[in-house]
Amino acid sequence: MATTTLNVNGNDYVVDVSPDTPLLWVLRDNLGLTGTKYGCGEGLCGACTVHLDGEPTRSCTLPVSDAAGKKITTIEGLASSSNQALHKAWLDEEVSQCGYCQPGILMVAAALMAKKPNPTDVEIDEALDSNLCRCGTYGRVRRAIHRAAANSGGAK
Amino acid sequence: MSEHEHTCIRHVSRRDFMKIVPAAAAGLAIGVYLEDPGPIHADNTSFEPNGFVAIDTNDDVLIWTARSEMGQGVRTALPAIVADELGADWNRVKIVPAAFDPKYGDQSTGGSMSVRTCWDRLRKAGATARELLIEAFCQQNKVDRKDCVADNGYIMHVPSGKRASFGQLATFAAALPLPKDVQLKDPKQFKLIGKSLPRVDSPEKLTGAAKFGIDVRVPGMMFATVARCAIHGGKVASFDSTDALKIPGVKHVFEIARGVAVVAENTWAAIKGREALKVTWNDGGHANDSSDTLRQQFKTLTATTQQAFRKEGEVEDALASSGRKIEAVYEVPFIAHAPLEPPVCIAWVQKDRCEIWAPTQIPAWTFGVARGITGLPAEKIKINIPLLGGGFGRKAFPGEVEEAVQISKKLEAPVQVVWTRDDDLQHDYFRPASYHVSQGTLAQDGKPSAWLHRFSSTPIQTALDPKSKTPEALELGGAVDLPYLIPNIAVEYAPAVSALPRGWLRSVEHTFNGFVVEAFIDELASAAGRDPLEYRLELLLPARTVKSGETTFDTGRLANVLRLAAEKAGWGKRKLGPGRGMGIACHFSFYSYVAQVAEVAVEKNGAIKVERVTCAVDCGRVVNPDGVRQQIEGGIIYALSAALKHEITVKGGRVEQSNWHDYDILHMSETPQIDVHLVQSELPPTGIGEPTFPPVAPAVANAVFAATGKRVRKLPIRL
Repeated sequence: MATTTLNVNGNDYVVDVSPDTPLLWVLRDNLGLTGTKYGCGEGLCGACTVHLDGEPTRSCTLPVSDAAGKKITTIEGLASSSNQALHKAWLDEEVSQCGYCQPGILMVAAALMAKKPNPTDVEIDEALDSNLCRCGTYGRVRRAIHRAAANSGGAK
Repeated sequence: MSEHEHTCIRHVSRRDFMKIVPAAAAGLAIGVYLEDPGPIHADNTSFEPNGFVAIDTNDDVLIWTARSEMGQGVRTALPAIVADELGADWNRVKIVPAAFDPKYGDQSTGGSMSVRTCWDRLRKAGATARELLIEAFCQQNKVDRKDCVADNGYIMHVPSGKRASFGQLATFAAALPLPKDVQLKDPKQFKLIGKSLPRVDSPEKLTGAAKFGIDVRVPGMMFATVARCAIHGGKVASFDSTDALKIPGVKHVFEIARGVAVVAENTWAAIKGREALKVTWNDGGHANDSSDTLRQQFKTLTATTQQAFRKEGEVEDALASSGRKIEAVYEVPFIAHAPLEPPVCIAWVQKDRCEIWAPTQIPAWTFGVARGITGLPAEKIKINIPLLGGGFGRKAFPGEVEEAVQISKKLEAPVQVVWTRDDDLQHDYFRPASYHVSQGTLAQDGKPSAWLHRFSSTPIQTALDPKSKTPEALELGGAVDLPYLIPNIAVEYAPAVSALPRGWLRSVEHTFNGFVVEAFIDELASAAGRDPLEYRLELLLPARTVKSGETTFDTGRLANVLRLAAEKAGWGKRKLGPGRGMGIACHFSFYSYVAQVAEVAVEKNGAIKVERVTCAVDCGRVVNPDGVRQQIEGGIIYALSAALKHEITVKGGRVEQSNWHDYDILHMSETPQIDVHLVQSELPPTGIGEPTFPPVAPAVANAVFAATGKRVRKLPIRL
């Protein structure tokens, strides 16, 4: 066990865990931030995606020691204006079914739109192609991103 | 799960209602529930109210949903039915997810039956509450019932325009006797039914606030994994916990019925502890089981005549006659449900009580398991049902519940059992594997004169009950109810033996029988030199009634969706380039009619890309059109993963797949355009979660044939 300081959603937390513990489990089991999901433990499905210094990162394969000193944003902390546009578009397109994969998809979508405010279908596919959704919401995810882009003026 | 529940409505006093539903609002004045005398549950209770609506003096309308929300939208669709009949203001409706209680009646969520089986009952519940409110208004204002309407949370006397809100009337209405034989609304007056209401569970799913089973936290809770024998049918011989207990955070290692439990302070320690655990397994004599040995078994079983479950005319004679004979063998593998949230369960067993948090489709089964293991009286067991991160049939089964209850009972502490993805893929209750011999003969006019479908599968029924005398019970749907008019038909079935657990997966046996029937009819059409659409229509029309399990269906409605899908897809009208093709298929299941046209592009290296699926559905009256579209889109994508990618294989008694890298699902870039067309209908609503699955694989396989001239008879579809 070792003490690690994590900055999550703007707050500092000190946790005492094995340094090899994936960030995912520290978020969920130590910090009670259960919005970040477990789906495979091998970085294959994207349900566990968080932002590390703004970059979408798979938290299920990231040792907590590698997250120390970085700004971690989880789905609970995703509240910038562009993300409000995403939330609204997600509701307007009725994207979610079971909803379990959506936090990870939203984290990737938010990071994509931060870089490309008006992404093409190809860019959306590239960004989200390894985010798996078992309910099959892909088509609506694509539409919601376009809608969010249009609503936040990205489609100028 | 009962298909035929009798309903009568009871009115309860506030005091009694509070006993039944302790979470009810403080100002609650009216409670109406539906009493259901069957089915009999684990504890043989016969008193089973089935749906609740309550009206608060503050104008809130509370509606309980007693079905699990796993993404299919029941928390929106079911209350909308009640609210519409009631004349409620949808903005004042509060949806209360029900915990498990036999008083709610059958809470099982599966078989695409939530809206279908609740439709009448929920309408009656809403109408009963409405009539109570109107009666209260009439008595208070000395006006006639016929002049009053309920709308948007008010009762109004139309001639005078005088009105009172539901909340103002609730206390008076609560003292009135229940009306008998309430009049249901004229469907023309529906305001919520038929409208795409926003899903009530959507907002919390975007912020991380939604609590799925895996997210539930109970104070003092520990986390557990279970080491299970990789060889199905094997058991623990011995284990050494020394190294596992050295992992920081691991607290307990002990044997339970299914394997060895590793209990820790957090999930990661439970995972690492299990990796460090040394277990010696007894293989139970299954170390040589494999997909190959199963295939041999299938071949032997289908080589000779088997028990016929549908027999019309003389198939053997017809097949032996001089007509042109076509024969094909179809193979369909085991597949896993793989919901994105893996199986999980929290149990907290104390000396005198037990509480469970299970994202389950069948809370009554969870309850039965908890009761069996703890021996506690029924009233001391509480089952909470958080959101399910996908279900697809997997979360009907109680493996993780059993494990959690056993572990918690030993430790007398709350424990969450988590299945990792490899646990899920290797120890699922798999969709059965099957093997089908199809034979047909064409008459001179090209129409089939004989149809033999002889098949074998690893039945679900014998996995649930090894002593079952009806192993075919969950295998025949979609095969015995062949919709096509053919004079000589035989559908024969023989069960095979396998140590793999099996269970119902979205569309159950229709997943394989739909593929075989629709692929083989396509083969007969091309052997006859006929257009696959025209050929099907000729064998479906004029409309007939075909028996299908407990129900019957109308081949005219099936022909109708076929024509609709074909027309919308541009069947026979559009020129497709080289390497491209369209395939068509239709299927009746879960009381609904579905037809699909798949359009594929096959690359030179044999890679198959499904570019578009046009889907026509007749599922009776549509309660929530966008919700239905979600289910159709999702069902098609789920089925495409199965058609193009999924195969669970067995070697040395073990499942070979372990994670998404070798059990891949459809990705965003592989998702086709999906066009959905709903048939407008006044008939009662029927299933939608499952019936879009069966036509997908045959439509794609038939399209691959159109594109390449090659028949693919083995799933997943590969060239």
